[in-house]
Amino acid sequence: MTVLESPERPEGKAPTQPQPPREPVTPRRLPAPLRPRNFGWADAGLLGACALSSLALVWVVFYQLTLLSGGFGFLLCWYVCFMVFYWAANSKVIERQVATDRMVAVLVLTAAAILVGLVIFIVLWVTFKAIPHIHWGALFTKDQKRLVPSDPHVLSNVGVLHAIVGTLEQVGLAAIIGVPVAIATAVFLNEVGGKGTRMVRTVVTAMSGTPSIVAGVFIYAILIINHVLSFSGFAASLALFIMLLPSVTRTTEEVLRVVPSGLREASLALGAPQWRTVWSVVLPTARSGLTTAIVLGIARIVGETAPLLFTAFGSQVLNLNAFSGAQGALPLVVYHDVQQAQAVFIALAFEAAFVLMWLVLILFIIARILGRTRAKKDRGFALRIFERSLVPTRMASSEPEAESFTSYAEGISLQPGDLH
Amino acid sequence: MSTPADLGVAMSTPAPIVTRPDRGTDDKIFRGVVRAAGFGALVLLFLIGLFLFLRGWPALRLMGWHFFTTSGFRTLGAHPQFGVAAALYGTVVVAAVALVVGVPVALGTAIFLSEYAPVRMRSSLIAVVDLAAAIPSIIYGLWGFFELQPNVTGITTWMSHHLSFIPIFKVVSYPTNASLFIAGLVVGLMIVPIVASISREVFSLAPPGEREAALALGASRWQMIRSVVLPFGRGGVIGAIMLGMGRALEETIAVTIILGGGLIISPHILQHGGSTISQTIAINFFSGGRIGTEALLMCGFVLFVLTLVVNLVASAIVNRSRSGSGIEL
Repeated sequence: MTVLESPERPEGKAPTQPQPPREPVTPRRLPAPLRPRNFGWADAGLLGACALSSLALVWVVFYQLTLLSGGFGFLLCWYVCFMVFYWAANSKVIERQVATDRMVAVLVLTAAAILVGLVIFIVLWVTFKAIPHIHWGALFTKDQKRLVPSDPHVLSNVGVLHAIVGTLEQVGLAAIIGVPVAIATAVFLNEVGGKGTRMVRTVVTAMSGTPSIVAGVFIYAILIINHVLSFSGFAASLALFIMLLPSVTRTTEEVLRVVPSGLREASLALGAPQWRTVWSVVLPTARSGLTTAIVLGIARIVGETAPLLFTAFGSQVLNLNAFSGAQGALPLVVYHDVQQAQAVFIALAFEAAFVLMWLVLILFIIARILGRTRAKKDRGFALRIFERSLVPTRMASSEPEAESFTSYAEGISLQPGDLH
Repeated sequence: MSTPADLGVAMSTPAPIVTRPDRGTDDKIFRGVVRAAGFGALVLLFLIGLFLFLRGWPALRLMGWHFFTTSGFRTLGAHPQFGVAAALYGTVVVAAVALVVGVPVALGTAIFLSEYAPVRMRSSLIAVVDLAAAIPSIIYGLWGFFELQPNVTGITTWMSHHLSFIPIFKVVSYPTNASLFIAGLVVGLMIVPIVASISREVFSLAPPGEREAALALGASRWQMIRSVVLPFGRGGVIGAIMLGMGRALEETIAVTIILGGGLIISPHILQHGGSTISQTIAINFFSGGRIGTEALLMCGFVLFVLTLVVNLVASAIVNRSRSGSGIEL
């Protein structure tokens, strides 16, 4: 072998032309995958940088260069400037689609923060405006009889007892009349059914949109104006009944719909008549949902003011008789007293608002606890019932039936002899 | 083989199985009672409309068609002049401002709750939104009057100075508080929980398969929302917005506390003055004499019909849409 000989080749291969030398080829790569949903430290840094720079810019422009004033306007300008900076920075540094995505995330977060923040702020604001003026001994035990504005100790002589008694009586009467009727209507819509179901359902939907003042004015026009009733707590209960009926009906219908039909069929197969099925099987099964629906319906009508304006009319003294004589109520005290000029009336209005708001909050928390303890196994059920009671909708999804069957069935022990 | 009888166990023939060929009397009574309750609701609604119309009819007969075109509420004296025009205008303006302000916040909240919120926080946030729906409207009115109004007056004054080329933002007579705009802001806050709750339910019904398909194709979260969730929820969201509009039309107490009155039709929503139907009824009910009460009953009938129509249309829209089949109004 000499140096001049060509390198070894496998036997039998024909010698090929020498190939021209080629450029070194870097293998082609796709660009690094863009992961728009990642939010790492660099992105957080970008967010912070935009926030700070927009703050600085607005600080200079707002107070120095223009004649605007007020913290509210400053925040608004800062927010707008921040959004512009953030969008520009993201679309330059990363990509336009990522910029849009992050802008939307900021907007959506702002919207939720506005709502949640305002609600919590309102609750705390009413509380902190009312508490300095409250004399706890007098708040629940006195009424407004001894209200003399010139008396420096007047706040220890007045309270909202008349309003609390009035609210409890009016709401109580409305619930006593309204809850059975609402449950009966829901049973009709869900269990009995028949020809008029769609019409009644539409009517209940329509009635849930009735203006509250129309309910009060209707009771006035039909009962008070021709002296069948006088201004009384009972008339107010009738007006509140009109507001209570649609909401409890709709929620109860939801609750009854979720009761598994297997239970009904078992009861009917054992020979029970339909009324017995409803009374002994369906309603007890739905008991926790029913309680939640009722408590939430009551929480909603406790705060209604407009139906009471022309029915209970309001009063400054304690009236224990709900059937004769004008009666006060918590919302009425707030409404009437807040329109007066003197500070003692405003303080009293805030006290009544404080009691009213915490009454609603406590009812709300009770309803939530009630809804939760029963449906431990089915959290979604409690949540759905709870939400839908406050908002006039219904959901007809079929999944809840499967989920809640076990939780219901385990709570029921039905013996054959029970239904005869 | 010993039968039980041999063993001395007393046995009677089993009772014959009774099958009911039709419903027994007790069931008939039950169904009758329950049906009466259901149709009672129908009768009640009909009665409300009927009585409002009947008792308000003398006022309508007095004014004729001018009832709908006249403003003002001069019911005492020899030549009564009253009409629902200004109040109706104010009602619509307040509802419009409430929708413009409230619907974006509500939809943003709904998207946040259904897409962005961490799962552990979700139920607490939903509870807060429901609490916002339960807070009495008079509390919102108090807050709006004592807290919101002083702080927003600065912004409305600025708007009236710098945005006065837009005709509705021009202000002819200051101050800018007690205006339809501020009432609209408060009512807007009140309708946010309603629209947000329904919208959130509707968005959570969007099919997860389509969502995951969008994400798998490389869409960012907003692109997924825009292409899957929002088109799916369109019907439900429209229904929610109409429900919010119905709520805004009927709001009485918060508006009464903020507005001062003044039955005029004016395009300047930033300046003080203006009234809505429910506010007019609340303020003037006993001060107008018999004709005044009848006129207000007729105004109440107009409001009742308006909210009825809005609710029924909302229900019809939602039931026909894709998302509406899972959620019925």
